[in-house]
Amino acid sequence: MTEFFDAVQNIPLIRYALLAGIVSSLTFGVVGSFVVTRRIGYIAAAIAHSILGGIGASIYFSRVYDLPWLTPMIGAVIAALLSAFVIGWVSLRAGEREDTIIGAIWAFGMASGLLFIHYAPGKAVSLESFIFGNILLTSRSDVIATVTLGAIILLLVGLFYHKLVAVCFDEEFSRLRGVSSDAYYLLLLAITAISMVLMVRVAGIILSLALLVLPAATASRFSRKLWIIILVSIGLTFIYNTGGLALSFELDVPTGPFIVLVASLVYGLSFILKRMMKA
Amino acid sequence: MNPVASDDIAISEGLCFGYGKQLVLEDVNFSITKGESLCMIGPNGGGKSTLLKLMLGLLEPNEGSLSLFGKSVGEARRQVGYVPQAVRFDPLFPITAIDIVLMGRLDRHRFGFYSRQCRAAAMAALAEVGLQDAAQRPFSDLSGGQRQRVLIARALACEPELLLLDEPTANIDLSVEEQFIETLTQLKGKMTILMVTHDLDLISEIGDSVLCVNHRVHRHSLPLSGETIREIYSGVRRVEHDRRARHHQGDHSACAHD
Repeated sequence: MTEFFDAVQNIPLIRYALLAGIVSSLTFGVVGSFVVTRRIGYIAAAIAHSILGGIGASIYFSRVYDLPWLTPMIGAVIAALLSAFVIGWVSLRAGEREDTIIGAIWAFGMASGLLFIHYAPGKAVSLESFIFGNILLTSRSDVIATVTLGAIILLLVGLFYHKLVAVCFDEEFSRLRGVSSDAYYLLLLAITAISMVLMVRVAGIILSLALLVLPAATASRFSRKLWIIILVSIGLTFIYNTGGLALSFELDVPTGPFIVLVASLVYGLSFILKRMMKA
Repeated sequence: MNPVASDDIAISEGLCFGYGKQLVLEDVNFSITKGESLCMIGPNGGGKSTLLKLMLGLLEPNEGSLSLFGKSVGEARRQVGYVPQAVRFDPLFPITAIDIVLMGRLDRHRFGFYSRQCRAAAMAALAEVGLQDAAQRPFSDLSGGQRQRVLIARALACEPELLLLDEPTANIDLSVEEQFIETLTQLKGKMTILMVTHDLDLISEIGDSVLCVNHRVHRHSLPLSGETIREIYSGVRRVEHDRRARHHQGDHSACAHD
């Protein structure tokens, strides 16, 4: 373990990764609890996959039209928000089956991303870090983005916590009390979308959903109070992020898969633990 | 049109509503007087829930008008408390009884925490349904009857003048139904109550009169005769309700006793 602490002190990249992990555990713990509670895990997964479309498009357009400001991060945020609003609008208004549109966005995002990257001029783009994530590639600007977006999410949830909970629990009643249920549902999807962008940096497109959902799912096996679930999720995500980073550095295994594997095992153990507590 | 009495809080005139071309409600005329307790009955698909939704402003009439407290339904929203069926909710949703009741104060709340007054009002509403000790208990730990009472408390926290209930006893154990009816009896007279129900016990305990909804709406005074019930349900009587109705009238021939 000393090797890891040395690295934290001496290697800025590790320091950034650790900082991003710590900050994002707050965001992920909060948002993950809402995603699990409102049962919108599959929407989060579709958004995560659509992010590849945004990343691909931003790489393509920034190279073809020489737009250096158009970073993959900006492309990812735009794609995630756009998918969230399309899914939200369709499920609220268009009367189409929600799972169908989730599947369509999921595939469209991946397909367009792969095509954009294929046709992007210049040096070949490695897809691996996007698909599987690589927290060790976190740069200083990523940390700034993580902190900024995380702060915005936490502020929004803090301000509108009770309204979000009410809309998640009973959309109809909230509307009767003058709360714009549709707007708050879209807000929840937007918050989820931004979280997925941050999440993809850590765990990649494929594994990010697990990291968002598993801590809250584990926590909700032991509590029926949302604020407790949120606090436990934050704690678990913090342990997974920092512990996963340290151990994967020591053992030289890929961080994302390692973290997700541990999170899944803990979730599995929670079933056994719950059973033992009952007995 | 009939002359409007000053204490009529709900007036429906020539109201029509349909989903698509099929009219569910046609030429609906009725009024509700302040302080009375009305039960809405009728066959499934007769338009009870639709009428309730119209009164809540969740649906708009195609023709005719519906006003509450002399205002449009939307403007009167704050004066109306609504109690849906408890079975509608996700049983795994992590929320405590008091947090649900606090939702009744959403329109008095902007952001951040609920105010102290809101919390006090929510606790008072829970006490009114006899659940003050269950405030911190998760919704999922409560029995069906308790959940339904929490939803009534939530509607009371709105400080309503008109309370609308959708089949409040539909999923309640017969053993706790009496206690539940007692909760509702205490509310009778304090506010105007309109409830959709098939429960003849509830109708006879609470109702001043019934609103029969089957495409059109008629008012009947209580007690209902078997003939009227047959008319209302157009021959599709529910055996259980019929039995209980007769049970009430002292006819036990259809009851299975040990």
